[in-house]
Amino acid sequence: MMNWTVTTFDPWAGLAGGVFIGTAVVLLLFSIGKIAGISGIVAGIFNQKSIELHWRLAFLAGLILSPILYRAFIGEFAVIVQTETLWMVIAGLLVGFGTRLGSGCTSGHGVAGLARLSPRSLVATLIFMVTAVATVSVIRYL
Amino acid sequence: MKTLLAALFCGFLFGFGLIISGMTNPARVLNFLDWSARWDPTLAFVMGGAIAVALPGFHWLRKREKPLYSSHFELPAKRKIDAKLVFGAGLFGIGWGIAGLCPGPAVVAAATLDSDLLLFFAAMVSGMVAQHWFFNQKLNKNAR
Repeated sequence: MMNWTVTTFDPWAGLAGGVFIGTAVVLLLFSIGKIAGISGIVAGIFNQKSIELHWRLAFLAGLILSPILYRAFIGEFAVIVQTETLWMVIAGLLVGFGTRLGSGCTSGHGVAGLARLSPRSLVATLIFMVTAVATVSVIRYL
Repeated sequence: MKTLLAALFCGFLFGFGLIISGMTNPARVLNFLDWSARWDPTLAFVMGGAIAVALPGFHWLRKREKPLYSSHFELPAKRKIDAKLVFGAGLFGIGWGIAGLCPGPAVVAAATLDSDLLLFFAAMVSGMVAQHWFFNQKLNKNAR
């Protein structure tokens, strides 16, 4: 069900990307008072009525614009899918259902929540890290 | 208008950060989650870099009374560590481990219009809607 493409450790690209992400999270709270949790932003667009819809759509538009502008002005970037189609669908359902049940994902809990020193976010981050590592171990080594 | 431009800019910045750090590549994310000899720790540096900015940033924002373009800061009010948080995070981790995609990268990757990535995004939104329907519908009935 899964391919295995080797990638090489790139700490500087990671740190640089992280600084951009952290800046975006701080700027969103500073400018409009919202936490940049992507699962909440996406769910808010598809779930609710028009309340709070506009800033969420604008944020999502910026997110979608980033790969388009990156490809237009900088170049290609790797997106290498490792998982069979059926399992992609199952994984998508789990990610969507789980992030809403748990009130957050890697951004809302893993970045913003940890930076707010929220105990809920620390617990959530530890749990999704552990189940994700366990899942990859089962798929690759069992 | 300023609110929308700020949100648009933040979304763009966030996506740009995901792209340059390689987090939109499921192969790299899965290799972070694989703690074997071929472990790729890049994702830890992404989270570290993001928190290194957000931690002092949030600390500084605490001294401000309100955001630039709105009346108040909206921070999560929940404090309790409950079963929903634990099971939700657990399920999310399993899905993340299968595909190597979490919601942010899923949106950016779907914009490449690859069919598997579009399917993942559609399934993710379906899961979100299902959760909302299942839990909030029940809550509303109980409240009545």
